[in-house]
Amino acid sequence: MQNFDYIHVLRIKLILFLAFFYSNVFSQDLNLIDDNESKEKIYTIATFKTNRIVNGHSIETVAKNEFDFKISHRFGVVGNGFYDLFGLDYASMRMGGDFGITDNLNVGLGRSTVQKTYDGFIKYKFLKQSKGQKSCPITGVIMSHMGINSLKWTNPERENLFTSRLHFTHQLLIARKFSKNFSAQISPTLTHLNIVKNNNLANDIISIGIGARQKILTRVSVNFEYYYILTDQIDENSVNALSLGFDIETGGHVFQLFFTNANSPFEKGFITDTRGKWIDGDVRFGFNIARIFDF
Amino acid sequence: MTMKKIALAFTALLSLFAFINHSGGIYKTNTGNISFYSYTPVKDIRASNHKVKTAFSSESGQLQFSCLIKDFEFKNALMQEHFNENYMESTTYPKATFDGFITSVSAIDFNKDGTYTSEVTGKLKIKDVSKKVSTTGTFFVTGGIVNAKATFNVNPYDYNVKIPKMIAPKISESIEIIVDSDYTSNNK
Repeated sequence: MQNFDYIHVLRIKLILFLAFFYSNVFSQDLNLIDDNESKEKIYTIATFKTNRIVNGHSIETVAKNEFDFKISHRFGVVGNGFYDLFGLDYASMRMGGDFGITDNLNVGLGRSTVQKTYDGFIKYKFLKQSKGQKSCPITGVIMSHMGINSLKWTNPERENLFTSRLHFTHQLLIARKFSKNFSAQISPTLTHLNIVKNNNLANDIISIGIGARQKILTRVSVNFEYYYILTDQIDENSVNALSLGFDIETGGHVFQLFFTNANSPFEKGFITDTRGKWIDGDVRFGFNIARIFDF
Repeated sequence: MTMKKIALAFTALLSLFAFINHSGGIYKTNTGNISFYSYTPVKDIRASNHKVKTAFSSESGQLQFSCLIKDFEFKNALMQEHFNENYMESTTYPKATFDGFITSVSAIDFNKDGTYTSEVTGKLKIKDVSKKVSTTGTFFVTGGIVNAKATFNVNPYDYNVKIPKMIAPKISESIEIIVDSDYTSNNK
């Protein structure tokens, strides 16, 4: 009697097993591939749409052998009203470009009408945000910028040194893409002025940039940028640069349209020379056009 | 008690046998190739992925592909970024998969060198949209290695790929997909 039970159980097991085996062979659910993508390291892309947030650099770099030609305009102040067509009668501009030596190492040159400034920079991405194995929560970039003021000397009769024309800005850019639409950046910044107006002013100015972007459409984002200068470093008429704008991407171009109280499109200028106050209508409309060329 | 043990052992043995028999017919690779070409009078776009995971069973004919969207390489880095970020949304939909069958797999002798053709049909899943596709696959068997090639066309609009009107003339509505993989059997 006992033996019969065992044979019975065995039969049921066999039937169940065979049923399972055949269902496996003929079902679509059979997984032939070991397909676990969590093993893969995936680098975050497109933290920002382009390599500037508004005035300042973003952590984005142009790829190897690509040249990003940039034209940046800032018009006159909006507050003067209709007589100046809200500032459109006046414009300052920077023409320049960023070039990718490698995907992570960029150099750039530019020339601005503000103080007839020639500028150049070098930018290196040393850390990339990624997920998967050995993931990293942030992207890190160092950026060093140098500008040369080429205006005629204000006092040509005294001895003037070429080095007085120079100013430097060094930045550490740390950014994180929090979601597919929202990214933020913090940029501790050191600006060095070889010459300042008087003894009370510091040659080294520390500031902190904060930037963020929120995508509102697939190809459009709203950008925010603020440079906060730590107190007691600079003359009291200076204000912090605050900018708000849109990035609009159309294939090979990125258009950045924005309002900013800074007049200057290069680092030392918008960080230390901004005088306009938003509440006084001392705000300018501006745009950057970026066009990528591939070599 | 003894009977139960024998029953268990028998079941275990059978499972093992079934497993060996089953896996014996599986050919796979992790370095399959998929390329796509979009030809329009305005612009030619091409990209290829060399890290495609694919496998098929020489018994049932079941055939699977899986690849990461971000592994498609373009000559133009910006285009690659836009492909991932704007068109394929690869953060949300990281993979494309195919699950189907080599319809007349029994007509292919994987132990004999030669060139065989068979219809391949199944479901292609891109951006969480599954569509039936079918094409003719060519199988070149040489010394146990199976090279399989197939070409078919897909319409990006069928797979929830949103293309702005301004860009539409630059992207073909019939994108050619070329599949080319070298499979090896895992029991050799």
